[in-house]
Amino acid sequence: MSTAALTLTTQPMQRSVGHTLTIYLKEAKYEFFKYLRLRVYTLSVLSFPVMFYILFGLVLNAHESIGGMRVPTYLIATYGTFGVMGASLFGTAAGLASDRGLGWLEVKRASPMPPFAYFAAKVIVSMIFSTIIVLVLFALGIALGGVRMPFANFVLLLGTLVLGSLPFSAMGLALGYFTGPNSAPPTINLIYLPMSFCSGLWVPFMFLPKIVQKIALVLPSYHLSQLALGTVGAGMHEPATAHWEVMLAFTMICLGVARIGFQRDQEKMYG
Amino acid sequence: MSPIDAVKPPVLTAILERSSSTGPIPSKVPVATLERVSRSYGAVQALSGVNFQVRPGEVVALLGPNGAGKTTAVKLLLGLLQPNAGKVRVFGGDPTNPENRMRTGAMLQVGRVPETLRVHEHIDLFSSYYQMPMPAAEVLAAAGLEKLRDRKFGDLSGGQKQRVLFALALCGNPDLLFLDEPTVGLDVEARRMLWEEIRQLVRRGKTVLLTTHYLQEADALADRVAVINKGKIIAEGTPAEIKAQTAGKKIRCITRVSIASLRELPGVSEVKEDRDAIEIHAIEAEPILRELLAWDKTLSGLEVTSAGLEDAFLALTQESPTNTNA
Repeated sequence: MSTAALTLTTQPMQRSVGHTLTIYLKEAKYEFFKYLRLRVYTLSVLSFPVMFYILFGLVLNAHESIGGMRVPTYLIATYGTFGVMGASLFGTAAGLASDRGLGWLEVKRASPMPPFAYFAAKVIVSMIFSTIIVLVLFALGIALGGVRMPFANFVLLLGTLVLGSLPFSAMGLALGYFTGPNSAPPTINLIYLPMSFCSGLWVPFMFLPKIVQKIALVLPSYHLSQLALGTVGAGMHEPATAHWEVMLAFTMICLGVARIGFQRDQEKMYG
Repeated sequence: MSPIDAVKPPVLTAILERSSSTGPIPSKVPVATLERVSRSYGAVQALSGVNFQVRPGEVVALLGPNGAGKTTAVKLLLGLLQPNAGKVRVFGGDPTNPENRMRTGAMLQVGRVPETLRVHEHIDLFSSYYQMPMPAAEVLAAAGLEKLRDRKFGDLSGGQKQRVLFALALCGNPDLLFLDEPTVGLDVEARRMLWEEIRQLVRRGKTVLLTTHYLQEADALADRVAVINKGKIIAEGTPAEIKAQTAGKKIRCITRVSIASLRELPGVSEVKEDRDAIEIHAIEAEPILRELLAWDKTLSGLEVTSAGLEDAFLALTQESPTNTNA
């Protein structure tokens, strides 16, 4: 047998489940470190919802109520939604657009990294940051806003918001495939800020003009905020399944768009 | 045989063993091939009908100016791009096979690497992708990064960043390495340092394809050079052969000897008038000079310079008697 013949034998790739799991965990771990140390990300994504909550929920309107619900409690749900959206959109879209546009994703694609690990890491890290934001809001609300509710409600609210980050991660992936490294952040802001407003995350939903309330019905942020408000007994009291269905449909559409972008990258458009 | 040897694929063992013997083992079966490959980006033809091979154990350089198609060739071989026409083979199979990616390493030109991760963290992550990664300490040593392991990528100098990308290409202890312009933008010292690291790797028996636009770099590292320009391979050979064809000498002088008789001289590829002087391109300057000085006692204004790479590409792309067989 010649060297050449030996060189041409290719070992079939059999990665054990443990090995695959290790890759996913490391990918997520370093994605988390990457963002945790990125001050632009942590400052904007973590501090905006927290600062808004302190200002509008604890300093200015602490003794007011919205639709019979105390403001500090109500705003945990809405600023929680706002925070989850920001963490997910910026975490996935901005990172993906930059990795794609500036060649880093190609280095990874040239390696045997399972492609799904890359996307999973972005989604998981968005969920982790979402959790952190919501827990900070809880802590502030309990300590300074006199927010009191059964433990189970806190758990339900946290779970709803973190699970509700998925449509925004999916949207971020789609945006990341169709924006560039420089255009991604302004594009996100252009979508995310009006979307937050129209969904009643800044001004309570019932105070919004009728036309805006109509627009809100197609926005995942509206449906997530209503689910979140529902867990604390506030909001429009619409059936939860309807909200989840809209968010699921939205997620599927975004994943479909992201898939088109993914395949376009795999095939030919980019050099 | 250690337990580690027992699980090594035969290929790796063969290549590792080879490194202890002297000289490359001649082999005709290539590890990577481009067969009549064409690829365009819209209206831009990046590669047209390229035939190119990488043979086991060799260091081959794709030498060409910017925009010649070097990076496209590398991306095709890495399966990051698909050809419009022709066949791309790596280890006899499709370059996108996960199995192939286990055995190849790639250093690409990257605009931005996650800057907040530390050097050892980048290496740890990339190593995790492979079945049999190179131990992290070895990767750090091979890329000269031992003292920088805890630095964040964003805090490194240009040369250090290139070394990290080089290290990432090594993480899988690959049989075949693609280095796309490994020293682009580096100063002389950093370039030499990276050359030394690449040489050490070659001594370990890796097969390497590198792209460069420095003839000097191809000369310093490669066993074989393929010159590429405007999407076509225009010359192929050992660095010495390429240098003879491309990096000849340029003789400039004022002389009464006729252009026609200068063209007759052996090794002259081109003669042209430049104002009152004459410019002669030749493989070697000395034989021409002997003749010239003997013929023309009034010869003046003599200058001999090395033809630059730009001249070389010009010479290679023009139809002239010395390179029709290239």
